[in-house]
Amino acid sequence: MNSDLMFFILAGVILVFSVLTVTTRRILRAAVYLLFVLISTAGLYFMLNYNFLAAVQLTVYAGGIVVLIIFSILLTSHISERAVVANWKQSLLSALAIVAGATLTLISVFRFSFTASPEPAAPSGVKDIGAALISYGENGYALPFEVVSILLLAAMIGAIIVARKEKIKVDEKDLK
Amino acid sequence: MTDYSYTILIPLVPLAVFLFIGLTGHKMKPIVSGLIGTAGLAFGAILAYITAISYFWGGHEGAGYASIKAFEIPWLHVTKNLTISLGSLIDPISVMMLVVITTVSLMVHIYSLGYMKGEKGFHRFFAFLSLFSFSMLGLVLATNIFQMYIFWELVGVSSFLLIGFYYEKPSAVAASKKAFIVTRFADLGFLIGILMLSFNTQTFDFQTLVSQTGPAISQPGGAAFMGLSVLTWSLIFIFMGGAGKSAMFPLHIWLPDAMEGPTPVSALIHAATMVVAGVYLVARLFPVYALGAPDALTVVAWVGGISSLFAAVIACTQTDIKRVLAYSTMSQIGYMMLALGVSGYGGHDGLGFMAANFHLFTHAMFKALLFLGAGAVIHAVHNNDMSGMGGLRKYLPWTHATFLIACITIAGIPPLSGFFSKDEILVAAFHHNPVLFYIEYAVAGLTAFYMFRLYYSIFWGKETHYHHTPHEAPLVMIIPLLILAFGSIFAGFLPFEELVTSDGLPFELHTEWAIAIPSVLIALVGITVATIMYRKVTAIPDKIAGSVSHLYKWSYHKFYMDEVYLFVTKKIIFRFISRPIAWFDRHVVDGTMNGIAGVTQFASFNIRNLQSGKVQQYAYVFITGALVLVFIFVFLW
Amino acid sequence: MTGTIPLQFFLVISTLMFFIGVFGFLTRRNLITMLMSIELILNSVNINFVAFNKYLFPQHLSGHFFSLIIIAVAAAEAAVAIAIIINIYRNFKSIDVDKVDEMKY
Repeated sequence: MNSDLMFFILAGVILVFSVLTVTTRRILRAAVYLLFVLISTAGLYFMLNYNFLAAVQLTVYAGGIVVLIIFSILLTSHISERAVVANWKQSLLSALAIVAGATLTLISVFRFSFTASPEPAAPSGVKDIGAALISYGENGYALPFEVVSILLLAAMIGAIIVARKEKIKVDEKDLK
Repeated sequence: MTDYSYTILIPLVPLAVFLFIGLTGHKMKPIVSGLIGTAGLAFGAILAYITAISYFWGGHEGAGYASIKAFEIPWLHVTKNLTISLGSLIDPISVMMLVVITTVSLMVHIYSLGYMKGEKGFHRFFAFLSLFSFSMLGLVLATNIFQMYIFWELVGVSSFLLIGFYYEKPSAVAASKKAFIVTRFADLGFLIGILMLSFNTQTFDFQTLVSQTGPAISQPGGAAFMGLSVLTWSLIFIFMGGAGKSAMFPLHIWLPDAMEGPTPVSALIHAATMVVAGVYLVARLFPVYALGAPDALTVVAWVGGISSLFAAVIACTQTDIKRVLAYSTMSQIGYMMLALGVSGYGGHDGLGFMAANFHLFTHAMFKALLFLGAGAVIHAVHNNDMSGMGGLRKYLPWTHATFLIACITIAGIPPLSGFFSKDEILVAAFHHNPVLFYIEYAVAGLTAFYMFRLYYSIFWGKETHYHHTPHEAPLVMIIPLLILAFGSIFAGFLPFEELVTSDGLPFELHTEWAIAIPSVLIALVGITVATIMYRKVTAIPDKIAGSVSHLYKWSYHKFYMDEVYLFVTKKIIFRFISRPIAWFDRHVVDGTMNGIAGVTQFASFNIRNLQSGKVQQYAYVFITGALVLVFIFVFLW
Repeated sequence: MTGTIPLQFFLVISTLMFFIGVFGFLTRRNLITMLMSIELILNSVNINFVAFNKYLFPQHLSGHFFSLIIIAVAAAEAAVAIAIIINIYRNFKSIDVDKVDEMKY
């Protein structure tokens, strides 16, 4: 029962703060609400016994990405700035679309009867995950691991190139 | 056999000069471009004289003068059977034309150095003159009828450019357009004729066409239309082109207006060279006319005869001196056409052919002289209208003398050249068609009358007071006058019957005094009448004009030919043909295109909003689209 | 363990979170908020993967590793997106998505 209660608390936090993230008019607060959502998600992972994943979620998402977002907010806007939201017509249309979409999806979800597998869970300790990431064959994830590492490298270089300040060209005439 | 391939240089040098002056003329001093143009033409003239001397007197094998294809390159290979060549053809008439054109053109070039001095566009003028000389020389040297057609059009273009030389003057622009359109209309007939002729004979080549064993003459048959063979029709169409260029009735209306151009241009193009292109064309195809289609030749004769009388009557009443000369030109070309039309082929029968070319030659001399003289007069008094002139003989002694020589020549008084050539035309006409013969007698009298009317009105008559004393033209203008006067006097002694004949063989010529003496007497009567009427200011002209007021009025208004044309074109063609076509073009053809464009524009204007550049709009469309698809595939499928 | 919570509950959460993210993406004008909406969407997908993995195929770790890799991809994406946003800010002095429409029409 404790874990059930925990689930509902986490679910409530996730939903409430998700909605706040996309509706608040203060961008910095939105980032903080997002942080709460991400932390609650990590809580869900803990509940599912995926401890390593939860830890990654906390460090990379909550610790990395959100900090990055907050920095960029501070770089690009004033604290007091209020976000401009779409006009009511667009909001209404979007709301209709997502309500319809959510309804569709939920109907599908509930129409399908999932049967839980009775098999025992695979070990998901840090050591097992590490071994799986560098092994190949069945239950080996060396290839995605390498691919994602290259992606990360490319993203890093790309980010540096894109965000780099252009060198200010000085006209030789101006110097004279 | 002498190699005449250098003759190709005669047209090419003016072409090079044209390109050179046309492209670089604005950078040099005007006089330099004039001198370059003159030098180029002088070179061509020298070559033409060398050609003429070696061709006519340089010894030749066999009897008569052969036609020699001196140079030819294939220019367009359209199909295996259809090749268009460019080259130069040397035979008596082309050599004669070379001499005429280069001589007159050279004179006009020299004259223009003085006449056009200080004009705006001096180098442009010389560039156009060179272009014209190139076109005309290419025309007479043409080895085939298509080359002739090409140069024929080039001549038309350069004539257009030169008539419209004073393009700031609306009347000059209108005149150049008129000349171009009328001759172009006539050239349509020429082109149709060429196509019909070459379709029937499978050749463009002049030598093949005129050879007596060639397809044109040996098989003139073919389908007939309205009683005339296809060959006859094609030759009549070709003659239509010639009539347009030569200002024959009823395609003459452009020539008087063409006098809007500078006077040297009138002398070169509209008196001596271009307008005789029609005569040359008929002469070039003469064997085909004479042997293959005598009916077409009859048409030529009557058109020539009617034109000469018609123009002579109009010339008697005009007051613009250049227009008088223009109608006189038309009348004289009518003579030439008539001579060709009454001629037979070979030997003494070919007298008319010889006479036409003879007259062409002498006419070029004295008509160029008349025009240049008129130019000198205009240069002196800055006026074209003879009512504003009179008593000029004191001021312009040289012009007066040369003009008088030219008038006597054209009147046909022996022993000046006009007498010989005109006399032979009359003889030829007498032997062929008495009606035309008497018409020409009348025209001879009228010619003498109107020329001396012109002469007395300019140089005698009333003493007019001028704003400033008229001054004699500069030496550079007098010299060409003297040279041409010399030519007018002595050109008649050239033995044309030995040189330019229909079959290339010389024949015996005897002056028929029974015809010559009356014609001289008629001319003298015309001169006398003119002297009585115009030497001093008298009331006689007005009285006579009053007594035949209708004829006078009709003649003064050129028999209302322009009005007839305007009526036909504006009232009939424009209203009943052009307007519906224009309507169709504007509303159906353009409408379709505009409709397509309009629909496209309308559609793109409306769907433009789809490409709003707003990412969220795209995302919205994408998401809703995906949802619709999901809905369809998951729930409805 | 998860006790009595059925799989559908996780799916409901992830569905709602996904569409909230979509809503944010469609309605926010600020590029950074839009980026945060995308993070929400990615996160909801992660929850899905993990839940399916746990309930339906506990003997494997495929969903788990997918989530792991998605987190890495999300990090890369966030880094590049923020670099682009900063660049846009430099050029337009704004990160309002409606104002970045120089290529419009």
